[in-house]
Amino acid sequence: MRLLTHNMLSSNIKGVINGFPLRIEAVKVVEKTVEMNADFLKNMFQKIDWKVLIEASRAMGYTELPEESDFSLLESDEFLSIFHHALLELHLEEGALVCPESGRRFPVSKGIPNMLLHEDEV
Amino acid sequence: MASRPEAIAPPEIFYDDVEARKYTSSSRIVQIQAELSERALELLALPEDGVPKLLLDIGCGSGLSGETLSEDGHHWIGLDISPSMLNIAVEREVEGDLLLADMGQGLGLRPGVIDGAISISAVQWLCNADKSSHNPRLRLKAFFTSLYKCLSNGARAVFQVYPENIDQRELILNAAMRAGFAGGIVVDFPHSSKKRKEFLVLTCGQRSMNASMPNGKDEDGESCSDDDMEEDENQTVCISDRHRPRKKLKGNKSSKGREWIMRKKDQMRRRGNVVPPNTKYTGRKRKDRF
Repeated sequence: MRLLTHNMLSSNIKGVINGFPLRIEAVKVVEKTVEMNADFLKNMFQKIDWKVLIEASRAMGYTELPEESDFSLLESDEFLSIFHHALLELHLEEGALVCPESGRRFPVSKGIPNMLLHEDEV
Repeated sequence: MASRPEAIAPPEIFYDDVEARKYTSSSRIVQIQAELSERALELLALPEDGVPKLLLDIGCGSGLSGETLSEDGHHWIGLDISPSMLNIAVEREVEGDLLLADMGQGLGLRPGVIDGAISISAVQWLCNADKSSHNPRLRLKAFFTSLYKCLSNGARAVFQVYPENIDQRELILNAAMRAGFAGGIVVDFPHSSKKRKEFLVLTCGQRSMNASMPNGKDEDGESCSDDDMEEDENQTVCISDRHRPRKKLKGNKSSKGREWIMRKKDQMRRRGNVVPPNTKYTGRKRKDRF
């Protein structure tokens, strides 16, 4: 699972009001090279929750992302490549996602988070 | 009629390791899936600015439909309820991210982040109650409301569905409309029972107010609208006076004339059958040899 997906994902357990962001418990992280597309990154930038992305990338052991960000940074190639790496190339292979409110763990195996809810959570 | 997999077992049980591998290694299914997802992507009508979009593939299975999205350069998130299918997707190294999730439990995604959603042959599974706790209406509602939430303004969702009957189609469509979607059903090849494909095209947000529905495809790749069909019907309407005794038809009964043959051939062509071309010999009588 990439951090792009993590940034979009929230837990939808019944009764949980704010299931975002899910906390990452990383056991194994892999990197896969993906071709960079600046237009996509610029488009995604406004949808990304920056603070969450920083937290997530730190949990995965990547600390290059700058603390603050704004649109002017998007012109710099250096920033784009860091952003690209954090968003699309870091994969959480094994570990878990934890709901911030209820503490429910969603295990991640082979890069696939198991988001299935139990019957009493629907 | 072919048996429907959703009548046999719940999706996570029906698509076990064996079935998932069979599904993905069948070249026929691969081809159909690719065609369907290409058409769905076309109906999604994404803005043609060359910028890759973030799409959702609901019921992605082994990632056959996602491949079409990747080929077009889009990033996608796929979700499916069958772990076996997802395992195959991992083996095939698909480019999208995969989630093991049940669409009937609602999608846990942030509001307004997804640029479009497709789903190939999946939504009809929601109409089945596979567990005692399942209620198809509630599951459809949970699915469509959560989908509406996570789509960005003006985004479209295209579902290819195989509804079992008219009631089921109504059920799905009603659930979508209640969630706030606008749109309707596009039927490709409406005259053919084999090639007939239904797409549910839904729009969310402001653009839906003036969005027009695309037309379904016909055999020649031309779009066919409902107007054509109405004209056909008008031509065949005839009033017969049943109180009068019928006059006997003159001549040979077996020959129905060139016009009738042409009409029949057109009908077969619309159904997607292979029909010889019309020539000057069409409908001509044979020589009397004896």
